Amino acid sequence: MRVEMRQIHKSFGPVHANAGVDLTLEAGRIHGLLGENGAGKTTLMKILSGYQSMDSGEILIDGKPVTFASPAEAIRAGIGMLHQDPLDFPPMTVLDNFLLAFDDRLIPDRKRGEAMMLELAQRFNFPLNPHVAVERLTVGERQQLEIIRLLALGAQVIILDEPTTGISAPQKVQLFATLRRLAHEEGKAIVFVSHKLEEVEALCDEVTVLRRGKVTGHKPMPVPIDELVRMMFGQSIAMPDKPPVPLGEIVLRAEKLLITGHRLEIRDASLEARAGEVIGFAGMEGSGQSLFLRTIAGLIRPKRGHIFLDGEELTGRPYREFMRAGISLLPADRIDEGLVRGLTIAEHFPLRRETPFFIDWEENRRYVEKMIEFYNIKGRPETPVESLSGGNQQRVLLALQPPKLKVLIMEHPTRGLDIGSARWVWEQLLKRREDGTVILFTSADLDEIMTYSDRVVIFFSGQMYPPIRATDLTVEELGYRIGGRAAPDAEA
Amino acid sequence: MDPFVINTLASIVATAAPLVFAGVGETLTEKAGVVNLSLDGTILLSAMAAFAVAYNTGSLWLGFLVAALIGMAIASIVAVGSIALEQEQVAIGFVLTMMTADLSSFLGNPYVNLPGPYVGQQPIPFLADIPLIGPVFFRQNIVIYASYLLIVLAWWWMMRTQPGLKMRGVGERPASAFARGVDVNAVRYTYTALGGALVGIAGATYSLVVKLGWSHNHTAGNGWIALAIVIFGGWDPWKVAGGAYLFGALKALGSVLQRNPAFQNVPTQIFSTAPFAMMILFLALTSSGLTDRFLDLFSPKVRNRLEAIIRGRAPAALGQPFHRD
Repeated sequence: MRVEMRQIHKSFGPVHANAGVDLTLEAGRIHGLLGENGAGKTTLMKILSGYQSMDSGEILIDGKPVTFASPAEAIRAGIGMLHQDPLDFPPMTVLDNFLLAFDDRLIPDRKRGEAMMLELAQRFNFPLNPHVAVERLTVGERQQLEIIRLLALGAQVIILDEPTTGISAPQKVQLFATLRRLAHEEGKAIVFVSHKLEEVEALCDEVTVLRRGKVTGHKPMPVPIDELVRMMFGQSIAMPDKPPVPLGEIVLRAEKLLITGHRLEIRDASLEARAGEVIGFAGMEGSGQSLFLRTIAGLIRPKRGHIFLDGEELTGRPYREFMRAGISLLPADRIDEGLVRGLTIAEHFPLRRETPFFIDWEENRRYVEKMIEFYNIKGRPETPVESLSGGNQQRVLLALQPPKLKVLIMEHPTRGLDIGSARWVWEQLLKRREDGTVILFTSADLDEIMTYSDRVVIFFSGQMYPPIRATDLTVEELGYRIGGRAAPDAEA
Repeated sequence: MDPFVINTLASIVATAAPLVFAGVGETLTEKAGVVNLSLDGTILLSAMAAFAVAYNTGSLWLGFLVAALIGMAIASIVAVGSIALEQEQVAIGFVLTMMTADLSSFLGNPYVNLPGPYVGQQPIPFLADIPLIGPVFFRQNIVIYASYLLIVLAWWWMMRTQPGLKMRGVGERPASAFARGVDVNAVRYTYTALGGALVGIAGATYSLVVKLGWSHNHTAGNGWIALAIVIFGGWDPWKVAGGAYLFGALKALGSVLQRNPAFQNVPTQIFSTAPFAMMILFLALTSSGLTDRFLDLFSPKVRNRLEAIIRGRAPAALGQPFHRD
């Protein structure tokens, strides 16, 4: 079976998630779909598997155009998708999950279903017990159940969306072996969606790279890692210069922090930052950089270690006190973590400003109008924040920050922003340095990190490396390092 | 055996029957992910309508049919309001409760305290002669027998059939059900209407079988009890029925104790409210950490079995509208 997607377009409001994507899948091959979070991979795959409609474009199976109004239609055509969070029924048994909408007679033949399920499970050495509830399984086992369910339904194309997130190392080895067998021995077409370079390199026969909704490359593997990095992160367009600012005293000091996250532990993380310094945090998504910055922001309590601001210890204090002390975090998820969905722009300001018990809304409105003009926000005081574009949401967030800050932490300051907005954001950030504000930021855009950082901190799977001066680094080298290896000339 | 004990047990079985109908009906509705909070008012209105229809036409079955249709119609308002209009299910149900209760008083005024038709005893030959079990369970009537059948049938439908599997899936995770080609909203409409019909039958069972005739607020409170029993029974037809019988038993025990001279000085309100307090206590106990410690005393296999018996969990998507994306 051969599946072609041609010129797929899909927009969500102002965001062009897929902007003319072409993708061809061949039987017997593992196709890597690589790209950073937000590059449009999942949207593209949801379109292919019938979960989402497309704005324009066409899908051809063996040369014949098809349309899927629902996932059920896609699976009837042989296309099945395994979601990052498997779409199953946790309190129901493995067998019930397998049988639901499968044996579509009034009374399903449970014996036959069980035998069929066990036979498929045995073929791939999946240790599935049909009679336990799915909620008792690990994510890896839930994936195994979904895989055999899709196979039982006759899937010829199997899409796996970030399947290695949350599964154990042995399960990953087994998953890769299964995918190889499905593709190379049983002739299925496999799509492996990932943002992890090393996994695509280890598993895939060919790769398509997406960036900001567009295909930036399609090649047979192997492809040199630095080339993949360039396709994924790209070269950024001319951004404002960074006038030098003399660094001041040490403002922020983190000492030997031990931080435990959901699946990650960071040990012995230390950092000193001087007034006016910009430090970029580089790493693949989920390598620990966000965990570290959120600890500095006071959102996560370290298990051990100390955090000092201007010599005063803040460790273990509530987030409010971190904020009052002059540390501020602008999260990557602007609408759900940074702002309050459902409130207007004007209603956000009294949340951050000193206001009397009875808010003077007239006075607030005049103030907000000034801020809207000053920060060039495309919206009115009464506009609900969720209807703003990403760039304008970021502007509102910046406008909400108090004028004097000691540490400003940004997660992906320009993600999803057009070039004009991105440029404007950096102008604001660089201006803040003149007041001695420390800027700490993460970015998936390596050029952004190289352009603005005084020093760069690299994270690789929970390991925090000592800061390197940006002048001692190149984008290529940084690309290698975040992939967990040294640059070729450094090895020599 | 003492005829007094047998009569008491038989009356527990009979008075629990409407709670079985309403509780199992609501279980089916909630298993598909919809909360029909209008039970108390629906039971009142359908009890009144069943009596009025039977009184005027002389047909008991027509009374039951009209009651079922009224229950279905009210439940469908909840379904349309929450699924098509995406309004809060709890709010719709609550308003309907008050509206239908008042409507039953208004429309039922001419029928207050009239003697009327009722379903008489219909013992099942042979079964009725079994000692103890016979007189308690099988010297009743066809409506009570239907309530036994409903328990078995509802359980079998939920756990053994493909439509039942889909219904449970829709209530747990509609997105997963949709991914498998299930028409989520059609399933929800169906079981909300079906559950509503059973709630209507519960109303008719009151006025035509167990609490004969009609008076203002004839059945008030029982709808709320049925809703509580669904939670108490962990959304499982067997346990929901068990809850209905337990509640009936507690009430009977209250009235027996009340007549005992030893409890003469105890206010009567204690006996009428005790069953509610005991239900709350039971729910609090089964969801507390104490139960976890108790369960941890057993081997994992036994533990899982026990936990499944005493603990029930609400369908994960209960009360949530479903959107495709």
